Amino acid sequence: MMHESRGGFGRLVATALVALILTIVPLPGAISWLRPDWLLLVVIYWSLATPRIAGLLFAWVCGMVIDVVSGTVLGEHAFAFLLIGFLTHRLQLRMRIFPIWQQAFVVLLMLLIYQFLIFWIDGMTGQAVMTWRRWVPGIVGAAIWPLVASVMDTANRRFAR
Amino acid sequence: MATLNSDSRPIIGRGPSLGARFFFLALISVGIMVLDHRQGALDSLRQWLLSGVYPVFRVVDVPFNAWDWVGSSFADRSRLREENGKLAGELRVANLRLQRLESLTEENRLLRDLRTASAGIADRSLIAEILRVDLDPFRHRVLINKGANVSVYKGQAVLAADGVFGQVERAGLGAAEVILITDSEHATPVQVNRNGLRTIAVGTGEIGKLTLPFLTVDSDVKVGDLLITSGLGGIYPAGYPVAEITKVERDAAETFAIVEAKPLARLDRDREVLLIWSEPVPSLDSPPAAPAGKAAAAAPTPKPTP
Repeated sequence: MMHESRGGFGRLVATALVALILTIVPLPGAISWLRPDWLLLVVIYWSLATPRIAGLLFAWVCGMVIDVVSGTVLGEHAFAFLLIGFLTHRLQLRMRIFPIWQQAFVVLLMLLIYQFLIFWIDGMTGQAVMTWRRWVPGIVGAAIWPLVASVMDTANRRFAR
Repeated sequence: MATLNSDSRPIIGRGPSLGARFFFLALISVGIMVLDHRQGALDSLRQWLLSGVYPVFRVVDVPFNAWDWVGSSFADRSRLREENGKLAGELRVANLRLQRLESLTEENRLLRDLRTASAGIADRSLIAEILRVDLDPFRHRVLINKGANVSVYKGQAVLAADGVFGQVERAGLGAAEVILITDSEHATPVQVNRNGLRTIAVGTGEIGKLTLPFLTVDSDVKVGDLLITSGLGGIYPAGYPVAEITKVERDAAETFAIVEAKPLARLDRDREVLLIWSEPVPSLDSPPAAPAGKAAAAAPTPKPTP
């Protein structure tokens, strides 16, 4: 049992690292604003798939990493990640039995809540970025959710044993 | 879809409830946010965290570097020859200019001595390389591979080959975050080279565009004017080229003209930048930091650390 949970944690860290790399790998300027919040998608996935390994602390730490990487106020993304992690944990039992498109819709709502929270805290700290483009990553993220979920499922099943 | 495997830990007896854990971590987050925003007390913590993430930045940067290396080692001979010729030509011109510059610098220094005012001429510089990572698409920030271990400090001026690039926002141990002059939170104290008119160039969040919101309708600017740093604010030493005016729109009914400028540094293409250490500005006659409210609030506090 111990072994299995540790293995599970390793998978979490590995996918989080991949997501982090996808987050910072340079894209041409014209499409860089389309980039979905990879790490948040990973956090949502693990919170659904293995909620007892990927706890709130995992979400929070991932958010903190995003804070450090993007140079925002420390704790800003951590808090937003935490809230999304919490919502996912609460809705987890229902979301797992949703058809994939319905799951994607809930993910869309979550990503928009996340963006709004970031926008709000940015505004409070006097660094608001006023552009409609900031909502795009949420939509892109929800659109690719089915793909992300199935890829992660496949990887999860393959490395599970 | 999420599968039900790999989750065999007991349901009962796993510590505090979800709500309680959420509440606890949320409190910590808010606490950290307040500390970081209000007092900036967490600068050293952030420095350590940034150094911790640095390996990931490196990992992302390496393939691009390798590609560059492959590209340059297989460059064909005629191209190298052509490039060499071009560089030699440029060097000749630069040397000519340099000869004139030396006498001018000397003259300038004498004049400044007469005025007993030093606007801080850069005396030490270091080349830093920009890591190819994206930090935030809505903010113009880059990461460079020099940090506090070579005494890079917050608020240090960063120059590119063709003009002012930005300033250090945060110095980690082996890396530093640089905020570009086009970031919407950045303001550069400038003056028009032709007539010495001083104003502030504010970033727009668009690469290749600055606005000058504090120029009145009747102020003497025209398209093509060169903007240089004015040396006010204590971050950028005076006299470095910043941008060229691209648009002046005057509406007699308004107080301020709409003036836009294009940065001279190739902010999105340059790979190498120059960090400079200027002489400390004597506090006696250095005017208070950048005037206009936004600029003073937005530009990270000017601290001419020696």
